[in-house]
Amino acid sequence: MLILVLKRILLGLITLFIVSLITFVGVEVLPGDACTTYLEREAYGAALEACYKRLGLDIPAYERYVSWAIGVIQGDFGYSLSGEMKINDVLGPRVKNSLVLASASILIGIPIALLLGIITALWRDKMPDIIISTFTIFSMTIPEFISATLLILIVAIWLEWLPGIVIVPTGVSVSELLPNIILPVIAISMIMTAHMARMVRSSVIQVMASDYVQMAILKGVPYWKMVFKHVLPNALLPAINVVALTIAWLLGGVVVTEVVFNYPGLGRLVIESISNRDLPVVQALAIILASIYVIINLIADLLTLMLNPRLKSLQIKK
Amino acid sequence: MQQVVQEIKNLSIGFTSKKGEQISILKNISTTINKGETVGIVGESGSGKSTLALAMMGYVKHGLFTISGECIYQSNDILKMKNRELENIRGRKIAMIPQNAGQSLTPNLKIGYQIDEALRLHTNFQKEDRDVKISELLNKVRLPSPETIAKRYPHELSGGQQQRVAVAMALAGSPDLLLLDEPTTGLDVTTQAHVLELLNFIAKDTGTSMVYVSHDLGAIAQVSDRVIVMYSGEIVLDGPVRTILKNPIHPYTYGLLKSIPKLTLSGLPNSMSGSQPQPGTIKEGCSFYDRCEFAEDKCKINSPELEFVSDLNTSVRCFNHKKLHKKKDEDTKSSKKVLRKLTKNEILDISSVSISYAKQKFIEQLLNKIDDTNPTVKDINIKIDKGETLALVGESGSGKSTILKSIAGLIKAKDGIIKFDKNKILSNDLKKRDANYLRAIQLIFQNPDESLNPNHTVEEIVSQPLKLYFGLSGNELKQKIIEVLKKVRLGEFYLTRYPRQLSGGEKQRVAVARAFAAKPDIILCDEVTSALDVSVQAAVLNLLQELKVDFGTTYIFVSHDLAVVKAISDRVAVLYQGRLCEIGPSESVYKFPSHPYTEVLLGAVLEPDPDIKPKLVAEDIVEEKPPEKGCSFQGRCPRLLGQICKTDVPPWQIDENGNAIRCHIKINDLKNQQISN
Repeated sequence: MLILVLKRILLGLITLFIVSLITFVGVEVLPGDACTTYLEREAYGAALEACYKRLGLDIPAYERYVSWAIGVIQGDFGYSLSGEMKINDVLGPRVKNSLVLASASILIGIPIALLLGIITALWRDKMPDIIISTFTIFSMTIPEFISATLLILIVAIWLEWLPGIVIVPTGVSVSELLPNIILPVIAISMIMTAHMARMVRSSVIQVMASDYVQMAILKGVPYWKMVFKHVLPNALLPAINVVALTIAWLLGGVVVTEVVFNYPGLGRLVIESISNRDLPVVQALAIILASIYVIINLIADLLTLMLNPRLKSLQIKK
Repeated sequence: MQQVVQEIKNLSIGFTSKKGEQISILKNISTTINKGETVGIVGESGSGKSTLALAMMGYVKHGLFTISGECIYQSNDILKMKNRELENIRGRKIAMIPQNAGQSLTPNLKIGYQIDEALRLHTNFQKEDRDVKISELLNKVRLPSPETIAKRYPHELSGGQQQRVAVAMALAGSPDLLLLDEPTTGLDVTTQAHVLELLNFIAKDTGTSMVYVSHDLGAIAQVSDRVIVMYSGEIVLDGPVRTILKNPIHPYTYGLLKSIPKLTLSGLPNSMSGSQPQPGTIKEGCSFYDRCEFAEDKCKINSPELEFVSDLNTSVRCFNHKKLHKKKDEDTKSSKKVLRKLTKNEILDISSVSISYAKQKFIEQLLNKIDDTNPTVKDINIKIDKGETLALVGESGSGKSTILKSIAGLIKAKDGIIKFDKNKILSNDLKKRDANYLRAIQLIFQNPDESLNPNHTVEEIVSQPLKLYFGLSGNELKQKIIEVLKKVRLGEFYLTRYPRQLSGGEKQRVAVARAFAAKPDIILCDEVTSALDVSVQAAVLNLLQELKVDFGTTYIFVSHDLAVVKAISDRVAVLYQGRLCEIGPSESVYKFPSHPYTEVLLGAVLEPDPDIKPKLVAEDIVEEKPPEKGCSFQGRCPRLLGQICKTDVPPWQIDENGNAIRCHIKINDLKNQQISN
């Protein structure tokens, strides 16, 4: 088991290394660099050279990669485009904001999704299923920029219950942030819940049709007991990986929603830094997002392994 | 007057078709199950036998509904009960033993928990007593060390052990009635015989009534007191086991018995034409009319009723049963003699082939070497003559399919050489094989549902080898396809059909046609009849035999069914754990099975005759991998000599009939011991 975990961690590190290489090379081969973007029309002669020197762009690329990589390992992403702000200071509050938004959506969305999925499966083709399924398909098909805009229109402008967009300084405390995120959370949950509920529904239906569930019924196991003991543990195992991908997607920044609500999270930072051609920040974001995916998938795989007796004993045998 | 456990009255179950028609799967079933009686329900797939068994527990599958009738248990209709009442009956009064125990045990719960659950629901035992009871139950179904088994998960047990657990679980509530849905299908022959013996013991020991549902008349013969034969959702015959099997007065049963290959017969069984009609297609007349050799005009218009024949104590649904009454069972034993002419002309030479499934380490992959001292298949030496049918037999895990795949080039052999047509070496790398050799060796797979592309028409399927190997196209190609289909008795109108529009037997014919289209020298048949119904199986076997006579093809025939092998093969090779045990001409191997393993295997074969009981000589232990040293069969051998079997690989011995065996005991001593038994 331990060897397996170490193996997976090593694989994750290799993935991150490759991602870092690709982003670094990608940034290198793009025409123009941080200095030409920053200096715009003055990008020539002494000013350009001075800028190169200041950002350390005058040394060969591989040396820069090595020193940048060493910095990243130590948790230092260097300086942003202007060379005035540390990237860590730019990222810190954004990561926190994204975490708050993601955790709120996860805490609300995932239980609802599981519940809806299970209800629709157990009452398959009956009234509850028809109503909920119609609703989930509906909310899945409406793009989030429309549902988010409609939410703002109804809740913020007509009813005036909640602020429509988030106008807070980047570094506010969590308690100040909370009332502002209600609408974004609803907008995100609608899509996320719908997707996951559909997935859970089909998984539960599949298990309900299995021989062992039929056997449990024929053994005289009462219905709800059968559902909780024989159906759900087996039906929800494959859901772990979907939940993990959803969490990673949420943490990585829900770009559209953040832009619509003017929310200062990672997703908006990605857009901003790309449009500003702030390449050091783009690089840093690529690494961070890749790490999030690697870590969460690792956790999900290990969890599946632990909960599935079949896989567990297979691994131990090896 | 016998005490009735369950009475089924005029039961019809069906579904609503897409066109809104009501289609019956069960039609007017009436019968009773008496106390202490074991009733076998036999029929082919789609005959409604499983639906009937489930209905007896008040369970109707999703999409089906009860059209009319009732299942009376203790003067109540089970089909009208609420879930609450059913929960008190299921598992406590009526228990089910499912077809596939491996899939019927919940994968995330331990064996002990699953049995405990049944005990908790259906008995008043306290926790401590229940633990004792779990051990008792596991002991009763003869599982070794019950305490450890209880702590395992289902997937950690072998197929036979899982089936035993399912039996233990069913017995937990001490039910009055046990329903068994194909409980031994999918198990190895020896395991199957052991499970049946256990069921017989339990029936006697507990006095429980049993309903045993199976397509396998051999299994039915061993356990039943009474047999119900179902065809197309109707009971066609219902009577004592001996009458049904020895004097079948319904034409379907009569034909079915004739189509089963038996150990006591030589040659191919007679096949029955056609296949069972789809539900809803027969509107009037007898549902067996199309396939019946005794059919008359009235059978087409009038549906016969179930009629009681008092001197045989049997109910039968046929106008002409009296004609069959006089035919004695000698008739069902008739079979076609197979002409065997062998030319001594070697076509395939497998020498010292070993195959390993061991995972290669990265460096070994680079160096292209396999380092495994104990490979899955080891030291296979077989020479095959042109026009011969060689059968490879053995239980699951014996390596028979692996050898087949290696001949086809689908698995690389670790060591050894396979020579084709005397001196042409077949590369073990498929990509390096000459196209002509690829054409010369064709495969037919077990399950035509999986081996035929569902998105291709029959024409496309059969055209592949013709285009690939002979470069045919246009009209020439089409004529050739029609010609090939004709050879497998499929008409021109099949060209545009898709596999899903064909019956199981027709699909396998298409697969046979595809193989023959390549004009192969050798055809490798991997369990080609195992997925088919008995009546269809005989037809496919006959077809293969006829094609062989026409084309002089060589078959290598892999099967776990020893009776089928006996019917079709010229020579048999018996494998255990990837090692050859015995090889010789079929007739003498079946007459004098010299190797102890062959003896065990043949002893376990179930004949559709209640008077021939299987002989259980060895335990049905499942070995995970072959022993490192000595004889491969040492773990289960009933005639173990001693230390020598554990240390030395036994030498080959050949007797005067050409039987070669690998055993430390002298071949003549083995024969004498068997005769004296």
